[in-house]
Amino acid sequence: MKQLLMGNEAIAKGAIQAGVNVVAGYPGTPSTEVLETVAKNNNGNIYIEWSVNEKAALEVAAGASYAGARTMVTMKQVGLNVASDPLMCLAYIGVKGGMVVVVADDPGPISSQTEQDTRKFAEYSKLPVFDPSSPEEAYEMIQAAFLYSEQYQTPVLFRPTTRVCHACATIDVPETVPEHTWEGFVKDPGRWVIFPRLSKENHIKIEARNAQIAREKDNPWNTIQGSGRLGIATGGVSVSYVKEALENLQSSLAEKEQPETDLMKQVRLFQVGMPHPFPEALAEAFLNEVDTVLVVEELDPVIERNLIYLCGKYGKQVRILGKETGNLPYAGEYTNELVKSALAAYLQMEEEKTEPSTPPQMPVRPPVLCAGCPHRASFYAVKQAMKGKRAFFCGDIGCYTLGNAKPLDMVDTCLCMGADVTIAQGLKRTEPGTTAFSFIGDSTFFASGMTGVVNAVYNQTDIILVVLDNSTTAMTGHQPHPGTGMTMMGDVVEKVSIEKILTAIGVTSVETVNPLDLQASVAAVQKAAALPGVKAIIFKSPCIAIVKPDGACRIDRETCINCKKCIRELGCPAIVVRGGQVEIESSMCTGCGLCSQVCPVGAIKGGQHE
Amino acid sequence: MNKSILLCGVGGQGTVLASRLIAASAMAKGSEARTAETIGMAQRGGSVVSHVRTGAGIYSSIIPKGQADLIIGFEPAEAARNLAYLKKDGLVIVNRKAVQPVTATLGGMHYTGEEMIDYLQKEAQVVVVDGDAICAQAGSVKVLNIVLLAVAAASGKLGITVEELKEAVKKGVKPKFYTMNEQAIDLAVESYKGV
Repeated sequence: MKQLLMGNEAIAKGAIQAGVNVVAGYPGTPSTEVLETVAKNNNGNIYIEWSVNEKAALEVAAGASYAGARTMVTMKQVGLNVASDPLMCLAYIGVKGGMVVVVADDPGPISSQTEQDTRKFAEYSKLPVFDPSSPEEAYEMIQAAFLYSEQYQTPVLFRPTTRVCHACATIDVPETVPEHTWEGFVKDPGRWVIFPRLSKENHIKIEARNAQIAREKDNPWNTIQGSGRLGIATGGVSVSYVKEALENLQSSLAEKEQPETDLMKQVRLFQVGMPHPFPEALAEAFLNEVDTVLVVEELDPVIERNLIYLCGKYGKQVRILGKETGNLPYAGEYTNELVKSALAAYLQMEEEKTEPSTPPQMPVRPPVLCAGCPHRASFYAVKQAMKGKRAFFCGDIGCYTLGNAKPLDMVDTCLCMGADVTIAQGLKRTEPGTTAFSFIGDSTFFASGMTGVVNAVYNQTDIILVVLDNSTTAMTGHQPHPGTGMTMMGDVVEKVSIEKILTAIGVTSVETVNPLDLQASVAAVQKAAALPGVKAIIFKSPCIAIVKPDGACRIDRETCINCKKCIRELGCPAIVVRGGQVEIESSMCTGCGLCSQVCPVGAIKGGQHE
Repeated sequence: MNKSILLCGVGGQGTVLASRLIAASAMAKGSEARTAETIGMAQRGGSVVSHVRTGAGIYSSIIPKGQADLIIGFEPAEAARNLAYLKKDGLVIVNRKAVQPVTATLGGMHYTGEEMIDYLQKEAQVVVVDGDAICAQAGSVKVLNIVLLAVAAASGKLGITVEELKEAVKKGVKPKFYTMNEQAIDLAVESYKGV
């Protein structure tokens, strides 16, 4: 049946069609929906888990693949950094059951710390990588990836980008689901136990395998179209921008009454769907037929540098244009317009541009903490408690990174998951007199925060750990985690207690507070700041997106003096000024009551705190 | 006939569901569809855009600038922000009510939305919808997306009739909410006829 599927859903349904048996991952935009879609469409035969982090996910999948099960691991590009230790080693050991590591890259970046390119990681780890250009190609390609992995007994990387992951297309998916059975784990230390000697032997085999793959000319994901001497090489979502631009340029020729000019007879399009091992034989054939090549690819110049390298290797006089020649940018996401401009210039065609006149000054709309978000209350309490005192506020990855925005301005540093705990320790060592706070979410605490706390306790570095426990993985769309007591298989399990972990590690003071109780929260922070050692405050209040709102607050007109303190101090999107009067937008307000505790004249009524 | 429709607004206004409903309606008629949406951090009160393209032989799920047949603006400034996507003879359907960003409230920026609507009217053919009034009549602020879609269907620029939209809504929303959505569609169509 034809369905409208998001790229991530297409990847999931393709994996199901490929007979996937085990799926493990850690949430991260733009990859999250892959695992969720497998879970929604599980006929009961697939084991699915949100692992504690990407390293754990990859290792769980590797174990199952050793036994012959087909496995998929899902993560975003920065997650691959966490999983890189097992992946680099697994590249040497290999697998038995097909194993596809789906790593979603995020050009822009739209919701990430880096613009790293997983195709480069494929080169570094020597693993094959698939790079789909559209949701429908992703659906077909992931099925091929499983077979490829099994054929070569190696994990393979599969790297869609945001615009493939989050775009929808019409895809025909069969109703029936094939089943894949596995042999079971066969003990063979010569195969599954990594030792230096085995690594050297396998290294030789890997290089030979990759050289053989590079000579293949019939890989369906690498194609050449057109018959001209002007080469264009592209891969990933840029393929769709190139094709769209060629079609637009062709129709602008028709408008200029030059319909006899067929652009596809002027250009030759090299589409690279498997950029590693680079299809050297096919690329050589392509380079033989062109005078120049414009390379259009987001992120790193992977195709571009491979072509430059091959020109040297085979002594070809072909000029390669792209990022290295300034024709296209290295950083940021590509667009239809950017690619069309580059192509128009390359094909020496005029480009017509009509932009509307300058609009009035636009309001900027950065993402903000939601109205009623308990993180706002937690940050505000720490800010109040530390007023006039020097303190470092180290933040982490999650919704609470948005605590950096004014007026809260409570995130001094943010690097990668778990780093808040340890960066706070480094800062503390440089300024012992300053109070060092580290803010971490519940899911992030389990993923990579715990070891940092052990480090602080062991090395006697005084920090205040603030766990913002909203009982979910909020930023990526509310996934369960070890503290929620729910698994992706739908089981209700014992919740892993953050309090007990911290106590067991040796944190001397662990206090759990409801952040929406401002007075109690400020008192807890002040108490912790006065104590020596590693202290923890757990601000526990559920994400407002997973609980029903508690009514809305309202402003008593008679009492309100319009001082706007609520706006200046909290920056809640539900508090607005209309006609000079402060108002609460009842459709947004969740009744958290934080503003009613901040109002100096008690003009805000309703909500939880009343 | 290929159609490119851009929906824009503020995170949480329901643009994603609206774009899926357009695609579903088009697919019910045997057409192919592509969409591209903003998901993730920007959803938290940020500007969001959904691209919907229906028909056949479409490469990019993102609409090139100057090629949208229709812009459905859930918020006046967001419609103005994306005007460059509109075709020369395209139509803008825009909700009248401005959503104040926190930055504007904090900075004391005066922004009512009317200046954005004036600008849109100078640049393009525009239908302004009092979406919030219709939502209030229908009984929920959550049906704003359905109201705007209904106006778009009534305008004839969506490539989907009001009846086809109702069919898609029937399949796409929970049964207990259907009556409210149907009422919202009827009210929106009435209001459009009144323009």
